[in-house]
Amino acid sequence: MNDLRPLSELNPGDHGVIAAVHAPEELGKRLTALGFSTGRPLALVRRALLRGPLHVRLGTTDVALRMAEAAGIQVRLAAPVPA
Amino acid sequence: MKRVALVGMPNTGKSTLFNRLTGASARTGNWPGVTVELASARVLAGRHMVELVDLPGLYDLHGFSDDERVVRHFLEAAPVDALVVVLNASQLDRQLALALQVKALGLPTLVLLNMADEARRHGIRIDEAGLAAGLGLPVAALSAKLGTGQAEAVRRLASLLDAAGPARDAALREALAEDHRRESAVESLLARHVHVPPRLSDTASDRLDRVVLHPWLGLPIFFLAMLAIFQAVFLLGSPLQDGVEALFEGVRKSALEPLLAPLPDFTRGILLDGVWAGMGTVAAFVPLIVVFFFFLAAVEDSGYLSRAAFLTDSLMARLGLDGRAFVMLLMGFGCNVPALMGTRVMRDRPMRLLSMLTIPLSLCSARLQVFVFIAAAIFRPAVAPWVLFGLYVTSFLAVIVTALAFKGRFASREPFVIELPPWRAPTLRLVALRGWLEVKHFLRRATTFIFVGVVAVWLLTHLPSGAAPAGPGTIAGWIGSALQPVLGPLGIDERLAVALLFGFVAKEVVIGAFAVIYGLEGDALAGELARSMDWVAATSFMIFTLVYTPCLSAIATLRTESRSAGFTALAIAWPLGLAWAASFAFYQGMRAMGL
Repeated sequence: MNDLRPLSELNPGDHGVIAAVHAPEELGKRLTALGFSTGRPLALVRRALLRGPLHVRLGTTDVALRMAEAAGIQVRLAAPVPA
Repeated sequence: MKRVALVGMPNTGKSTLFNRLTGASARTGNWPGVTVELASARVLAGRHMVELVDLPGLYDLHGFSDDERVVRHFLEAAPVDALVVVLNASQLDRQLALALQVKALGLPTLVLLNMADEARRHGIRIDEAGLAAGLGLPVAALSAKLGTGQAEAVRRLASLLDAAGPARDAALREALAEDHRRESAVESLLARHVHVPPRLSDTASDRLDRVVLHPWLGLPIFFLAMLAIFQAVFLLGSPLQDGVEALFEGVRKSALEPLLAPLPDFTRGILLDGVWAGMGTVAAFVPLIVVFFFFLAAVEDSGYLSRAAFLTDSLMARLGLDGRAFVMLLMGFGCNVPALMGTRVMRDRPMRLLSMLTIPLSLCSARLQVFVFIAAAIFRPAVAPWVLFGLYVTSFLAVIVTALAFKGRFASREPFVIELPPWRAPTLRLVALRGWLEVKHFLRRATTFIFVGVVAVWLLTHLPSGAAPAGPGTIAGWIGSALQPVLGPLGIDERLAVALLFGFVAKEVVIGAFAVIYGLEGDALAGELARSMDWVAATSFMIFTLVYTPCLSAIATLRTESRSAGFTALAIAWPLGLAWAASFAFYQGMRAMGL
């Protein structure tokens, strides 16, 4: 199953691969510099309260970003690991 | 002398490396083409005397954040003989691109892989020689925190400078179009020379995060941590501050007063109550700034500051601020001055200015002294604590109103996408160095301004000579009477207006000013205050004192930190207006209700 979803809708613990990054130029550059580029693996570590920022892990880097910025990042979810 | 600039992403330990290489000899200064101060210092690399410049951290040489622009403008305007790119060895997957961007500038470049110790612990193996050959640049691994590999890095820099010709005129514009090609180059270099284990092991950092960033426990833990730091700063800072004050008082009593006794009253007054008191005012801030930055540097270096931003973002975003502003606001309740200096951790200028506009509204410990005295004089013991609590609430409201009123004008342009660096133990040496550099900065920048202000207020309250100090016959007295049409409707009479003029120097001086103005001290002064104003007038006066202009030291700090006379004027005028409106509403509202 290859589920495509915006990063802002992932649940903590979900992981997958970045399928696309939609962002205006300036934000796009910042995202690229922090490691958000197509094909990179990514996991949602946790969410802050009250629809606050997301804590995302990209390889060896941990990043916090707001829902608005995360909405433009499409993630192809990895198949759930059988328990 | 050769000039070498240090380039790197935030959280790579670039400044740690800079401090490690240069010790305490660094100074900050202005450079052509850029509007911010940059730290630089001289170091010896082989036979070359090198002027090492620490450039702001940047993610992308072609980016558009304030810091990224500063780096480009610096490189365009100031001739540089070589560049040192500092990369975090455990994050080469995303940082290597910056090395290639810098290489494309065509200047001699040395690549330093910092935090090599951390990378080794993560099981990351780097083939340095292969990476150097692939990049076409010399590479050295080191740990700036521990100092390992430092000598080798300096040797590499020396041989780089040996070989360097007078290369200049970097093809900066040409380099702009190259981002795309760079990406594939990174992929192939990584694939060939860097081995990263597929999933990093569950580190101690992760386990700590599970508690500290817990959805429900995270905020309470953060508040407790801040409270503990706040208490610690003042537990350590206040006795030191008292000590400095006692020292100044002792020197005055035992040496200066007898020494200056033969001088005429006026000259003696201006020397003792103007010049000497001004020096005392400046000196009293020194212990507080040292202790404050000692803790702030520890919080910053440990990685908690970015986590605070994560935790409080959903609340602070509504005010146009972020979690870092929250930390500074909270610290402002102790003393506004170091809190204003601390906003330097915020890289985005509009948000930094907005924080600096709100911090002076925090009820600092100096104002608390004044309110404790007045509340005790006017209110019953059972009521007084509630009055103080009400003033704290007023302070928070003033911050919220100010942030909401100005968040449109100081709208942050930066997207909230920040790195959460792994937890690191701060090193004592770097934390202490930070405290020392901040004090140097404060003394150099604020002294003259505070000094002139203290002397000016002394003159206002003592001229023309012969008039009773701070009495109705002095310039201050005239100003007090002239302001009556404005302050009268707030229940603030001439004498209280003169006290406010003193409070401009430092808020805690208000009580001392009462003693001079009323010619009474201690209980007698408290009794006279209770007789001369009712609780409505007293509360109105306290609200005005809480909100009106920041103290002289805070204004000096606002000016040097914002580098803008216009902003400083706004930071004085807005609280004045807000104070008037709040006191007017309270006083007239209470009177209208027949109280």
